[in-house]
Amino acid sequence: MAFEIPKQVYSGSIKTVTIGKGGKAITLGGETSYPFYVFEGKMPNLPRIAMEVWDVDPGEDWAEPAKEPFKDVLGDPVAWAKKCVNEYGADAIALILVSTDPNGQDASPEAAAATAKKVAEAIDVPLIVYGTSNVEKDAEVLPAVAEACQGMSISIGPVQDKNYKKIGAAALGYNHTVVANTPIDVNLAKQLNILLGQLGVKDSQILVDPTTGGLGYGLEYSYSVMERDRMAALTQEDEKLQLPIINNMANEVWKVKECKLSNAEAPELGDQAKRGILMEAVTAVSLLLAGSDLLIMRHPEAVKLVKSYIQEMAG
Amino acid sequence: MALTGIEIFKLLAKTNCKECGYPTCLAFAMALASGKAELDACPYVSEDVREKLAEASAPPIRPVKIGMKDQMKTIGGETVMFRHEKTFFNPTLIAGLLTTAMSDADVDAKIETFNKMQFERVGLNLRPEMFAIKDADGDAAKFAALVKKVMDKSDAAIMLMSDKAEVLKAGAEVAKERRPVLYAATADNADAMGALAKELDLPLVAKAKDYDALADLTSKLTGMGLKDLLLDCEHRSIKEAFQDQVVFRRAALVPKFRPFGFPTVTFPCEMTDDPMKETLYAATFIAKYGGIVVLSDLVPHTVFPLLLERLNIYTDPQKPMIVTQGIYPINNPDENSPIAITTNFALTYFIVSGEIEGSKVPTWLLIMDTEGLSVMTAWAAGKFVGDAVGMFVKKSGIEEKAKTRTLIIPGYAAAISGDLEEELPNWKILIGPREASHIPAFLKSL
Repeated sequence: MAFEIPKQVYSGSIKTVTIGKGGKAITLGGETSYPFYVFEGKMPNLPRIAMEVWDVDPGEDWAEPAKEPFKDVLGDPVAWAKKCVNEYGADAIALILVSTDPNGQDASPEAAAATAKKVAEAIDVPLIVYGTSNVEKDAEVLPAVAEACQGMSISIGPVQDKNYKKIGAAALGYNHTVVANTPIDVNLAKQLNILLGQLGVKDSQILVDPTTGGLGYGLEYSYSVMERDRMAALTQEDEKLQLPIINNMANEVWKVKECKLSNAEAPELGDQAKRGILMEAVTAVSLLLAGSDLLIMRHPEAVKLVKSYIQEMAG
Repeated sequence: MALTGIEIFKLLAKTNCKECGYPTCLAFAMALASGKAELDACPYVSEDVREKLAEASAPPIRPVKIGMKDQMKTIGGETVMFRHEKTFFNPTLIAGLLTTAMSDADVDAKIETFNKMQFERVGLNLRPEMFAIKDADGDAAKFAALVKKVMDKSDAAIMLMSDKAEVLKAGAEVAKERRPVLYAATADNADAMGALAKELDLPLVAKAKDYDALADLTSKLTGMGLKDLLLDCEHRSIKEAFQDQVVFRRAALVPKFRPFGFPTVTFPCEMTDDPMKETLYAATFIAKYGGIVVLSDLVPHTVFPLLLERLNIYTDPQKPMIVTQGIYPINNPDENSPIAITTNFALTYFIVSGEIEGSKVPTWLLIMDTEGLSVMTAWAAGKFVGDAVGMFVKKSGIEEKAKTRTLIIPGYAAAISGDLEEELPNWKILIGPREASHIPAFLKSL
């Protein structure tokens, strides 16, 4: 029996966005089919992995197995970022400015910007800088970061509908990429991209952060929003959704209790380190299948597994 | 596509004879369309029409039933490519591999691990549900003994694997009350395997190396009268096996290509020797259309992440996820512990309870039924407001469990505190943080 694969017609494709500069700059996007449907489309730029670096020592906030690979560099974001690049092969670094949280240390925008600059200068891979999702504080911190990192082509976010003007203008002024973040909703994502466009931010400088739920804690919402996003972009020519997707996933996975329970506390859940690594890697696989272009990940073993998975799926 | 009641009505005799139990042919047609009646109830329907209706009303992907000891599981029966288009109905079954080459002690240990591997979560029991039992050397007696051991010591659903029909038969005789899956029919043995599956009325996997050969094989088997088939396209690289899953689902749904209208079985266990990689392959098949995934070994730290993924992917997106209203003690609270309240949206509950647990502060968490709405939505909809919350607190029974009369409300519901103070005059209302991540610091500061 001669069987022919029924065709999915794609009328659109994902635009490309290049982050970073020089030889280690990376280009994201360009897909012409659903994720990894390489039998009927192209993925010219395979999804990439940025490794997460905090600007403070995470202390008790992180599960032991997640701290172990970084135990000599926690609290030193520059050394930490270099270790991710040199030893763990990070494609990019995502610096999370935890110190600026108004409910925590409430560090000043200047101090945070100085840290971001030092990290950016110490690495040759692209830098992504995340604030704490506090609308007011991020609107002070991220423009300061944009200014300090002038000419370094970094990416800054999360840019939300309540602070897009300030952060978007700073990104425009200093020629950085923005990470446009909306709360798990296709229409809001589209709307924010339109607003950024009206501000003058080009599509080639926008990454979409759809908000990421952790495994077992709302992952399905992100998964379906990303699938709808890709469906609109690829089959309904929804131009304002044809942008690469970034998932800030690491903390969502590792903060849950099942990652924090030790072998002694929960023998029925098997080995804590392997469980955490697999919870992170399984989350990454799910997000990749839904359309992610750039994952922010934490554990080097999970990063390694997912990198080889991406190669096998699309190579 | 299924036919509408009107389309079915046009094919009926239109005599309104009432012999089917319905007052008119139209009423009967409507009942047929909604699945409430069987076509056999009409004595006057022609053979031609019968075939037409059966064809049109059959689901695009055959739902195949497989038994555990005390319950039936279904795989297949799916109707969409993307979960947001409706929902995925029948979760991928997670199976562990046992073979006749394993020692008795090994097998016992694996069965024991399987039996213990059950995780409670929002009233659901998450667990793997199946063993794939593989014949390693063609010894039918040994195979039957292994199957018997699984039947005696576990409630698992079963897939029987051998390329010899007589070996499968020996296993199937032992396991037939659980309706095991037979693996597998190939072009070479299709007659013998098909006859066995037909004789025992069991589901049968059709296995072939490419799409054309597989379509030929399932067509031959359905021609023999078999209905419950599964697909295996023998590809063991993740790239090709992933493609197979997409192709089968799409072919079955879109052009309704009947030869691929069956659930699939996938074998991460045959795709790598690395158990970590194997887990990622299984994760791929849970998200993308696998009916069964067979793992080389069921270990809690590999199975648990897959169970969570499966829970997420197969959650019905049309329904809000909710937890039961009530009092949830966290970290062993006593009568002097603080009392917090939030809504019964499952995500709210997970995040809030997770943070309270992480804080290690003993706390009573009250969960109020807001029909699955989150705090802000429930407040805006008038379901999480002063009088309703006050009424719930009074009736919840918390006043008997704790002496404390301080109620922590979510930061986003700060506006209700005035009304709530009126409703609960001998309570002190404390406004908690807006973000769950600030709960530990808040509780520790009390």
